[in-house]
Amino acid sequence: MSDPMKGVPRTDRPLVVAGKTYRSRLLTGTGKYADLEQTRAATEAAGAEIVTVAIRRSNLGQDPSQPNLLDVLPTSRYTILPNTAGCYTADDAVRTCRLARELLDGATLVKLEVLGDPKTLFPDVEQTLVAVKILVAEGFDVMVYTNDDPIVAKRLEELGCCAVMPLAAPIGSGLGIRNPYNILTIVENATVPVLVDAGVGTASDAAVAMELGCDGVLMNTAIALAGDPVRMARAMKLAVEAGREAWLAGRMSRRRFGSASSPIEGLSS
Amino acid sequence: MHVTVNGNPYQLPEGATLAVLLVALEIAGQRVAFEVNGTIVPRSQRDVHPLREGDRVEVVTAIGGG
Repeated sequence: MSDPMKGVPRTDRPLVVAGKTYRSRLLTGTGKYADLEQTRAATEAAGAEIVTVAIRRSNLGQDPSQPNLLDVLPTSRYTILPNTAGCYTADDAVRTCRLARELLDGATLVKLEVLGDPKTLFPDVEQTLVAVKILVAEGFDVMVYTNDDPIVAKRLEELGCCAVMPLAAPIGSGLGIRNPYNILTIVENATVPVLVDAGVGTASDAAVAMELGCDGVLMNTAIALAGDPVRMARAMKLAVEAGREAWLAGRMSRRRFGSASSPIEGLSS
Repeated sequence: MHVTVNGNPYQLPEGATLAVLLVALEIAGQRVAFEVNGTIVPRSQRDVHPLREGDRVEVVTAIGGG
């Protein structure tokens, strides 16, 4: 008879975002690094295949021979995920997505984030919903940053987002997953990939996200502001893989009291 | 004629196109996107899109972000 505490294994499924299959479940941002070489090295160590970028005014007057971000992270190797960071209205976010599509030769994958407050950087859900409707109608594949509200997450999926990305904690806070049960509920309800986006601080946070059944984790600050970003990138890669493996393996149930691992019969006396 | 590029004033010859502006800004080889007076001008139109006095041009690119 099998132990009632024994876990139940799960079947692996590849991560598919907007019709493309990815091996890596760790998505990384490209901000806050010391320089482009560190960005490149950390991105490579993370094993990321999808990397976020921001869309900003060109720095006119800089030395034209200086490399830019897409020279070190070429579109031939990485899926570039332009974000709408810094946008506080649906109009601004939609405009940024249109510019990104023009910049990236018609690529339709975007990370939508419409912020509601510069202190917490929590999303403005109302404006996010407005932007999603416009972007989906215009043919964008929208990976949407949202709060950890299961109702809103489901609504965003129903509106046609190709991935739902609840925060673990405020962007750049490193506080880890503040509301694991909500993340779990979002995962259980979803039929599109769910990725924890924002708030991860260290490797165990990423592992927890994956053990909750998330399809991936998107992070930037936890790697870029680590003492050794390249080593932390490697740690995050391993943590995401470990968390995924644990989720697939199916953890044992929790029990309050001890249960001996060695047989209790046959002790020599 | 005078145009504004990313908030700064620039002087260009009459009838200059976006392609001319790209060269003047020394960013001809770079991956950028253009908006003129709030409307995106696609890459395919750069050679033919004439700028006019007072146009507001935005030039954007991809930079590090999360």
